[in-house]
Amino acid sequence: MSTKKLSGSWVLAAGRLMLALLAVLPFALPGFAQSGELRFSLHNEPTTFNPLKVEEDAADTIAYLTGGVLARVNRQSQALEPALATAWKITDGGRTITFTLRRNVYYSDGTPFTADDVAYTVRQLMDPALHSRIADPFRTGSGAVQTKMPAPGRISITFPAPIVGLDRLFDQVVILSAHSPNKEMAVLGPFYVADHKAGAYVLLRRNPNYWKRDAAGRRLPYLDSIRLDIQPNRDAEALRLRRGEIHLINALDSEYYDRLAAYVPGALHDAGPGFDTEQMWFNQVPTAPLPAYKLAWFRSTAFRRAISEAINRADMCRVIYHQHAQPAMGPVSPANHFWFNAGLHAHPYDVQSALRRLQREGFHQQAGSLVDREGHAVEFSILTNAEKKSRVQMAAMIQQDLAKIGIKINLVTLDFPSVIERITQTFNYEAVLLGLVNVDLDPSAQMNVWLSSGDNHQWNPKQASPATAWEAEIDKLMRAQASTMDARQRKAYFDRVQQLVWEQEPFIYLVHKNALSAISQSVVGAQPVVLRPQTYWNIETLQLKDAAGGRGH
Amino acid sequence: MRTARKIAMVVIAATLLVCLNAGFLAPAHYAAEFREAPNAAPSRAHWLGTDALGRDLFSRLLYGTRISLLLAPAAALLSTLLAGFIGGAAGYLGGIWERLAMAAADLVLSLPWLFLLITVRALLPLDVSPLISLAVTFALLGGLGWAAGARVLCAGARGLRNADFVLQARISGMHGLRLFAVHVLPNLKPVLCAQFWISVPVFILSEANLGVLGLGVAEPMPSWGGLMRELESMWSPLHEWWKLAPLLLLVAVTGSLQLLISREELTA
Repeated sequence: MSTKKLSGSWVLAAGRLMLALLAVLPFALPGFAQSGELRFSLHNEPTTFNPLKVEEDAADTIAYLTGGVLARVNRQSQALEPALATAWKITDGGRTITFTLRRNVYYSDGTPFTADDVAYTVRQLMDPALHSRIADPFRTGSGAVQTKMPAPGRISITFPAPIVGLDRLFDQVVILSAHSPNKEMAVLGPFYVADHKAGAYVLLRRNPNYWKRDAAGRRLPYLDSIRLDIQPNRDAEALRLRRGEIHLINALDSEYYDRLAAYVPGALHDAGPGFDTEQMWFNQVPTAPLPAYKLAWFRSTAFRRAISEAINRADMCRVIYHQHAQPAMGPVSPANHFWFNAGLHAHPYDVQSALRRLQREGFHQQAGSLVDREGHAVEFSILTNAEKKSRVQMAAMIQQDLAKIGIKINLVTLDFPSVIERITQTFNYEAVLLGLVNVDLDPSAQMNVWLSSGDNHQWNPKQASPATAWEAEIDKLMRAQASTMDARQRKAYFDRVQQLVWEQEPFIYLVHKNALSAISQSVVGAQPVVLRPQTYWNIETLQLKDAAGGRGH
Repeated sequence: MRTARKIAMVVIAATLLVCLNAGFLAPAHYAAEFREAPNAAPSRAHWLGTDALGRDLFSRLLYGTRISLLLAPAAALLSTLLAGFIGGAAGYLGGIWERLAMAAADLVLSLPWLFLLITVRALLPLDVSPLISLAVTFALLGGLGWAAGARVLCAGARGLRNADFVLQARISGMHGLRLFAVHVLPNLKPVLCAQFWISVPVFILSEANLGVLGLGVAEPMPSWGGLMRELESMWSPLHEWWKLAPLLLLVAVTGSLQLLISREELTA
């Protein structure tokens, strides 16, 4: 009896020892780096942990770090790569996409991943009650979205109308669990939310069930945890990086970049021009409460071109952005490898050419001021948001540049909500200087901007019919690019859109800010890029130098 | 104390003298951009260096001081007059008028004035010159700053309401506005003066607060508040000590004004 008992307890003890060894062994092996806590800041409290309801940066960061998607855009190559789906096929003229799902994948809580989860996620996403921003690009036609499972491990999703770039849209769709009791807290991404203290931090821990392995067959991610400190103050964030309390800063301002350069030069990265644009535009809304003669100036292509030529963009890049920006030539940054129209060049700074254009339109100089053919002195206000120092500085530079051709500018700074109210509700403004954040590479994401009927067609939104021939042509081209699946044809259409925007300048594009970031030298494997999230896009393979046994870059 | 007040007087007089002659003393126009030398350290060409756009900081400090130091007293005068009229009349009349005026003062004091200023400023037309926008900013500050002073003046006027000389004036047939103007108001003068001097640094600091938020005086016009916005980007005061000049001047002037107030309060 005792022998039997003894042997039973020995087997149990040996089993426990083996398990303990298995647990400890990986850390004892040379080169194994599954340890360490990466730290960086969120600039606001995440408003949700539901990845389908993401609306702001903090929630987006958590969704990226914790969520699993069917296909992922490689932020470096900008190519779409398999993730939870090993393959996919678009059929039915762009209406249907069929995914082949990866097998033996489990959520962080151990729930198996199946096609049911994808179907559930699509239902949740397209539910109008959810008001998901991520669902907007999928809503191209009226009618329900159908899901079918033609075989185990395969799922077909059919949309009511064709969607261009359909597969790339799934980069944003985090797959929820249909069956887990933990709902959206059960994740397929490299980390899961382990702790959250409102106003202080969000702690993510390594997902032990994450499906991805490195080339040597080791389970990713390497890091044990990520601590996201909620820190709205950019100065404090930069100071903490300087002190070594955090490891990363994304989307760094050029001002902070230069200041940090004195303390942590090796940590700074300039990935070149980013996707975002800073631009100025004139109010062309026919019902705007502006004098008719001013509306006539603002609607004149020659006037807009002259203003554009009188602005010294190179000085802006040098003085305000300390060379961490490039003069912008259009809506698409050169960083967008496929869609950028390489045939365009930045508008030159040429005061004489600007004056000649204005003279041809009947403007002339009178006692040092520019006046139109009816004798009205050319004077207008530029509105911008007070919180953004670089915009106020750009407006101040434009004020000085335009003074050289006799134009008087009143610079008005208001709080951001007041600016938005004026440009979207009351249309009580003359010119405005703002930026546009571009998160999507595909021009279809900009339909709302370029269609004359669009809400975000800012210079003259929601037109019943296009006000000008060139806007009509842009409408036609944008609809054409959205209705063909041929990438080359789409590129040709959108190149022409860029050309028209360059010629007509409804938006006077000023600069593309460079994608600046800071990464502590203790982080191994970082490859900062232009696409968001710039610094931690390859989070699975990041390691900390101390934790990784002193290995460097 | 007398020496300190003398020094305070000298500081204010010298500052006023220099800033009123900004047109002669400033080496450059406040809006002129020397784009080849942004964020420059002090030099012969730029005594206090340049700002982020290459504008001469010494020139901007002179013009900015002129704006802050002339318009803050104007706003203080407006708020003191309003406080004198509302508070004085309420205290003199008493009863329902006093309760109404004090309720209005309490309401104004409880308002988040910063948000109110931001809202009112957002409602203004955009095509106004920087000078008008500047005047409006200070007028708003003055127009919203009467409540605290009104309570003090109300208490002062209430004390005078049944004073012997006021009763005697009433007996001799003097009533209403004339009695208020001839007998009450002159006796409130010391309190009014004290209120005025107290308000001046308050309005200087209020404009500075708005300027730091980027909502003060419109660019390119400088003010102390706008100039101090440059301090936002300072990590080490030792490296760019010259950028502290507007802050030091603000401290010197408001400190001097406080010393002068003590005297007025003693008189009151």
